[in-house]
Amino acid sequence: MIPARRGRSAARRREAAAGWLMSAPVIVVLVVFLVAPILMAAWVSISDWTGIGSPFSSGVHNVGLANYKALLSTSGLPQQQLGESLRNNLYYVILVVPLQTALALGLALIVSRKRLAGRGFFRTAYYFPSITSSVAVSILFLYIFGTTGVVNALISNVGLHGPNWFNDPDGILHLLLSGLGVTHAPSALADHGFLGQPWWEWLAGPSVAMIAIIALAIWTTSGTFMLIFLPAIYAIPADLEEAATMDGANAWQRFRSVTLPMLRPTLFLVLTLGLISTWQVFDQIYLMSQGNPAGTTLTPAYLAYVTSFGNQQWGQGAAIAFILFAIIVVLTIAQRLIISDRRDTA
Amino acid sequence: MKRKTALTALTALTAGLVTLTTACSSSNGFSSGTSPSATQRAKASKTPLTLMFGSSGTAETNAVQAAAKAFTKQSGIGVQVIPASNLTQQVAQGFAGGQPPDLFYLDPLTFQSYAKDGVLDAYPASLPNASGFSPALQQAFTYQSTFTCDPKDASTLALYINTADWAAAGLGAPPANWSQLQADAKKLTTGGRVGLVIDQTHSGMDEFFYQNGGTVLDGDQVQLDSPQDVQALTFLKSMLTQGIMKLPSQLNAGFSGQAFGENKAAMDIIGNWENGELQTDYPNVKFKVYPLPTGPSGTRATLSFTNCWGVPKQSKNLAGAIDFVKFLTGAQQEMTFAKAFGVIPSLETAQTQYTQTFPQYATFVQELSYAHPDIAIAGATQALGAFDSALAQLASGNPATILKTAQTNLQAVVNQDK
Repeated sequence: MIPARRGRSAARRREAAAGWLMSAPVIVVLVVFLVAPILMAAWVSISDWTGIGSPFSSGVHNVGLANYKALLSTSGLPQQQLGESLRNNLYYVILVVPLQTALALGLALIVSRKRLAGRGFFRTAYYFPSITSSVAVSILFLYIFGTTGVVNALISNVGLHGPNWFNDPDGILHLLLSGLGVTHAPSALADHGFLGQPWWEWLAGPSVAMIAIIALAIWTTSGTFMLIFLPAIYAIPADLEEAATMDGANAWQRFRSVTLPMLRPTLFLVLTLGLISTWQVFDQIYLMSQGNPAGTTLTPAYLAYVTSFGNQQWGQGAAIAFILFAIIVVLTIAQRLIISDRRDTA
Repeated sequence: MKRKTALTALTALTAGLVTLTTACSSSNGFSSGTSPSATQRAKASKTPLTLMFGSSGTAETNAVQAAAKAFTKQSGIGVQVIPASNLTQQVAQGFAGGQPPDLFYLDPLTFQSYAKDGVLDAYPASLPNASGFSPALQQAFTYQSTFTCDPKDASTLALYINTADWAAAGLGAPPANWSQLQADAKKLTTGGRVGLVIDQTHSGMDEFFYQNGGTVLDGDQVQLDSPQDVQALTFLKSMLTQGIMKLPSQLNAGFSGQAFGENKAAMDIIGNWENGELQTDYPNVKFKVYPLPTGPSGTRATLSFTNCWGVPKQSKNLAGAIDFVKFLTGAQQEMTFAKAFGVIPSLETAQTQYTQTFPQYATFVQELSYAHPDIAIAGATQALGAFDSALAQLASGNPATILKTAQTNLQAVVNQDK
């Protein structure tokens, strides 16, 4: 009895050793390219590294939470710009994630129809923006949304005057309010604020310039997510839909009660991926607006870049990156909790 | 229990690797305290040099490459020329990795950061032409009263006038002061064209503060909220609200020179880099260049812009790099660059030659005598960026508020250095 057990545990230990050995290359790669850089960045965010030489050299000191304090609790430009960038990105996420998901789902439902002629063509066409270089697409959009660009030409066809897209810092909620006659902030909103921004500014909504970038984001990413939805739609058993039809369900009821519940896991995947990538938006901002006009397209990822490479304040730049990291983690966990709640009640 | 051991192993491994990275980087690392001795500067080895620069186009790339070849032929030191697509970022990566290029273009703003970090070799004093550069250019690269980096060229803002529009409006002498500028801009605003365009940044507007007797920075004191500055910005705003001046964004242009080239504006205040732009993209535009008008008090002022030849202390061949700078800032080489891609020499002796070769651009050189260097404070990129964003909205903004905010933000940057 006892020797047998010992033999088994020895075998298990050998197996474990072999397992570790087999996965060692991956672990080393992960540590070198993932864990070590993150730890280094974490160190930089609490240091006074000036970008010269190694961040671990003797001249670099631990400054504790000074970089985080400058961003979060000391009033000044860093705090104000962080607030601004979080506001801009929040509106970006709120608009892009639902719209791109809805569009992707819509496109997937259309191209998955068996009766649609030229399905392959449409699938490729919708996916095309996703595989085009973001640099090319961004520059294209600069022209499309120029003052004399295609969008404004279309708008002028219906007798309206299009905005000066990339130079218009007015928030659309402010514009709506001024349309209703509210042009000045109530003092309750103007005098109090959060992160260096009065509440009135938090409620500005995305600027006209940001709307153009939001349109670009939705257009480019919907194709990718359509591709994630497609196999999930194909995987829905045809007899389920048939049964629903036999029960007298119309198209909307079939979608609402059969297709959508079956797609729920995919929907969650798309929402999570969308949430993470939209909070990290960088390349469009870098290429198209550099945070302008009036800081209304500034995002935390771009702010981290400018703080590090522009201002040479590497500690503060890394701190912004970690604040962004924390936001993404918290929101992703929150999303997971909401999802599991729904599952329980369902 | 098992998971815990796995975690411990992973942590240990990570710690080990971090230590390894540390060891690696500190071995080729760099201590900012050491200053190169005179002997280190004196003996040029044959170690090849790297030169990193941000190019304005093929003409500049070819000219720099030709200069490097000529230097190699003369000195026997090989030079690797690296045109950077994002210079500031690539140089920063070099410094972070412990291997910055031996020679690189350096802008005044980044210069302040590197000078503060003490990583630049203050070589100008060791070269014979140290006092030969225009004072405004030397000032741009002086850190704590040490002239630290040789300016490679010079630029000043001037008034560009489209001669066809000017003749059509029946105008005579160029505007000598603000009120004439305003009157001329009004007459030139016709047929869907605006009288004047200026760039919507501090580098396109600060000259008005100086012309009005104000200033921008005085030692450790930012002076943007002075009454003179507020008055000057209010003057610019009034030109905007009258519709006789516009900013490039209002004209669907990336910068003022583009609006001028497309003849959306009859006058433009811009630096001499516009000459090349007009030559290549808008060859049909006929224009003349004049000194900027004076302010109400008669003060003459403009802004000067320049880059310098940055040399890091930790260069593997410091003496060779300095020899290369000496070669590049020779009067002859500066004139070669001027002819190749239109820059104005930084050396005063070469400037005399330049005005003889290009009399139509003599204005830019004349203006150097009363030019103020564009503002540069270490770590002020974002504060200046925020200022620029506000200036771009001048038409709807409040000049006093814009300046007050910029004053607060920039002063905070200055104070954090102390």
